[in-house]
Amino acid sequence: MSNHQNPRDDSRPSVELSEMTLQSQDTDIATAIPTREQTDRIRTTEAKSQGRLIRDRFFRHKGALAGIALLTLIFLLAFTSIGFAGIPGWWDKDYDVLADRFNEGKPTLTLWPFSLGEHPFGQDVLGRDYFALTMRGIQTSLIIAFVVGIVAMVIGTTVGAVAGYFRGWTEAFLMRITDVVITIPTVVIAAAVAGIVAEYGIIPFAVFLGLVTWTGLARLVRGEFLSLREKEFVESAKSVGASSARIIFRHILPNTVGVIIVSTTLAISGAILLETALSYLGLGVTAPDTSLGKAINDNRSALTVRPWLFLWPGAFIIGIALAVNFIGDGLRDAFDPKQTRVKQ
Amino acid sequence: MFYFIAKRTIISFFIMLAATTLMYFLTISSGDPFEDLGETSGPEKAATIAARTAAMNLDVPPIPRYFLWLQEVGHCLVPGGVSCTLGMDRSGAAVLPQLENAMGSTLRLVVVATVLALVLGVIVGIVTAIRQYSVFDYSITFISFLLFSLPLFWLSTLLKQYLAIDLNTWLANPQFSYLTIALIGVIAGVIWAVVVGGDRRRRLATFGITAAATAVALYLLLVTGWFVSPGLGVVGMLVSAAGIAVLWTALLAGFRRRRVLNAALAAAGVSFLGYLVSLLILDDPTWFVVLALVIVTAVLAYVVAGVVGGPFRAQAAKIGAVIAVSVSLLILLDRLLQAYPTLSAKAGGRPIPTTGSQSANLAGTFWEINLDYALHLILPTIALTLISFATYTRYTRASQLDVMNQDYIRTARAKGLSERTVLVKHAFRNAMIPITTLMAFDFAGVLGGAVITEQVFGWNGMGKMFIDGINHVDPGPVMAFFLVVGTAAVLFNMLADIAYAFLDPRITLS
Repeated sequence: MSNHQNPRDDSRPSVELSEMTLQSQDTDIATAIPTREQTDRIRTTEAKSQGRLIRDRFFRHKGALAGIALLTLIFLLAFTSIGFAGIPGWWDKDYDVLADRFNEGKPTLTLWPFSLGEHPFGQDVLGRDYFALTMRGIQTSLIIAFVVGIVAMVIGTTVGAVAGYFRGWTEAFLMRITDVVITIPTVVIAAAVAGIVAEYGIIPFAVFLGLVTWTGLARLVRGEFLSLREKEFVESAKSVGASSARIIFRHILPNTVGVIIVSTTLAISGAILLETALSYLGLGVTAPDTSLGKAINDNRSALTVRPWLFLWPGAFIIGIALAVNFIGDGLRDAFDPKQTRVKQ
Repeated sequence: MFYFIAKRTIISFFIMLAATTLMYFLTISSGDPFEDLGETSGPEKAATIAARTAAMNLDVPPIPRYFLWLQEVGHCLVPGGVSCTLGMDRSGAAVLPQLENAMGSTLRLVVVATVLALVLGVIVGIVTAIRQYSVFDYSITFISFLLFSLPLFWLSTLLKQYLAIDLNTWLANPQFSYLTIALIGVIAGVIWAVVVGGDRRRRLATFGITAAATAVALYLLLVTGWFVSPGLGVVGMLVSAAGIAVLWTALLAGFRRRRVLNAALAAAGVSFLGYLVSLLILDDPTWFVVLALVIVTAVLAYVVAGVVGGPFRAQAAKIGAVIAVSVSLLILLDRLLQAYPTLSAKAGGRPIPTTGSQSANLAGTFWEINLDYALHLILPTIALTLISFATYTRYTRASQLDVMNQDYIRTARAKGLSERTVLVKHAFRNAMIPITTLMAFDFAGVLGGAVITEQVFGWNGMGKMFIDGINHVDPGPVMAFFLVVGTAAVLFNMLADIAYAFLDPRITLS
């Protein structure tokens, strides 16, 4: 509003004046007061910023809101209950302490009347508290999923942006590399890599999974860049002498944020499933770490006798993946400019 | 076109070459090939090490070793000369025969799952798009998201543990109480009412008719012992053939042209004759005979329907061929089901197997062996199909909605075409174009998923070959697996591009 050349600024004092007169003699100009209907009309035609529109559309998507609520709940539950990085949580048992099995390790959770009991999710074959173990698994799986998402986002965006912006040999080279990686199914390449890396801990493992899952995003970002680089605003940026880096980061990239965020969300839900599948094949997280997939793999022979050892981690995998998928769907609808009606 | 294929083949070749390099070095650096010998000692250990070193060329440095492997693949590409083995695994056995054994079961699984997921996903996707924002649409949307979020191995294990065991127990003594029958009828009625939609009266009518029909049909099936010895029988086949003829006519031509309907019924008659013939000669056929019979029936139906169709010859003939193929598939299914009682007895009364891709040492007719394959396929196929189904449904729905909002659809409606013509001819065909690309991607994904499914169901397929190879740090089997999977991925991508250009004239291949 500091733009003094704007002729509309001239009208401001008069608006203030009319407001003052409104306050002083409200009976006289009652007809001048806008009715409810009029204000509503004014409000709907009010200019909204792009970000505001997207936010509004996102918050109208009930599935996405439910997804956020569910993910936050799971996140809080996992990180407050057993604590994280040395900070103790409110749950008093440890996931790696062996104990006597209480009532054959059956879950003590009751919903009505609600009580957690001694071991809400039961105990595993060695008598470890399965609630603590599951929480630890959720922590690991969430960390891995988010690291995979971030790594895939950074690499995919960079490769896609550089290939789409510079074209020519750079593009040919980068996209052929993408083709090579895409030729190998994710499970297959991840299985080959995972065995080596998993021994170094979960973060290197997650980074490596990110290194094999960036291809889809790279293709999408490249497509966006191919069309955006021909637009007039890029032309004008070039004509005033902006550097390539500036054009990529300041002019084009903000326009592709939608694609990037949506793909990253879906990459995160994919990573949850990929990590659990690899851990199930015995090629993922190794002891002493644990993850949801590893917990299921460790207890797969127990399904007939102790189904809860199998069901609890599975339920949390589905919960997390479902929440992230719904958030991704909400984001996709929100970022889609053609979207007029948002799913209820 | 030819130029495009040649160019793509050359590019694909180099991509595959690079991908095999990547895969090879990842595999050989993923561990120690002698790890399992760490605990043992003595002369056997030294002998095993020597044998393994010889079989896997471990005395050669990694880069020349990769070229040795490439040479083995080259033997398979260039005819003549040294025999094609794809190298040896760590025990010194040639890889190619193992791959041939493993490939059959895996491809069976993957192809069946892909086709099922495609057909179901496209149908459900189209219906959800037509009934956008209905209860049905929202339910399917939620179910798709749930399926997207299901870990494949978890679902497979649950299916194996609960569905198979319960189903087997029920099949041993197939009975339902009247309450269960009524309940199933009500559920079916609700589903149909939601799918068909319309105003309240129409929904109620749909509900009533379908619920009653389902309950009565189920009751009759139970009373006549269908679940003990299933099959359609001669009367059932005649009715089904007529039903198929009416359905395809409704979908592809509508009933306004009476001659087309007559032609369709004639084609159904021809197919039914084919069924009668098959009863006489197909006791223990081969796939070749079966396929020949299907083709003969289709050609006959094409000709007969064309003649009966009169002025609408072209349309009638096409519909006739489609009907003949559909009925032939039903006949195949019927003959397979007729083999069920004997096979079930051979399996000790628990017909749905939970492990393996086929019964060991099963000696039987063509029908028994293939039914055995089919029964082994049930559980893994359900698991793989459900997950791909979600993808196909979502994409088809999005694509169909996209097309339905195009101007040419409004034009088609405005010039007075029936809704059936608009949906089938103008919308559906265009909506299918993006699905071809999806299929290419999904097939490779399903092959990857097969690795997990095979592990759960104990199949001796390519997935097991791959996992064992990875665990043993044995590049031979791993690379053989990858050659198949990678070639499939590259090939399907190329086919998708060609199909795309074929279906969408705006795209030219260059």
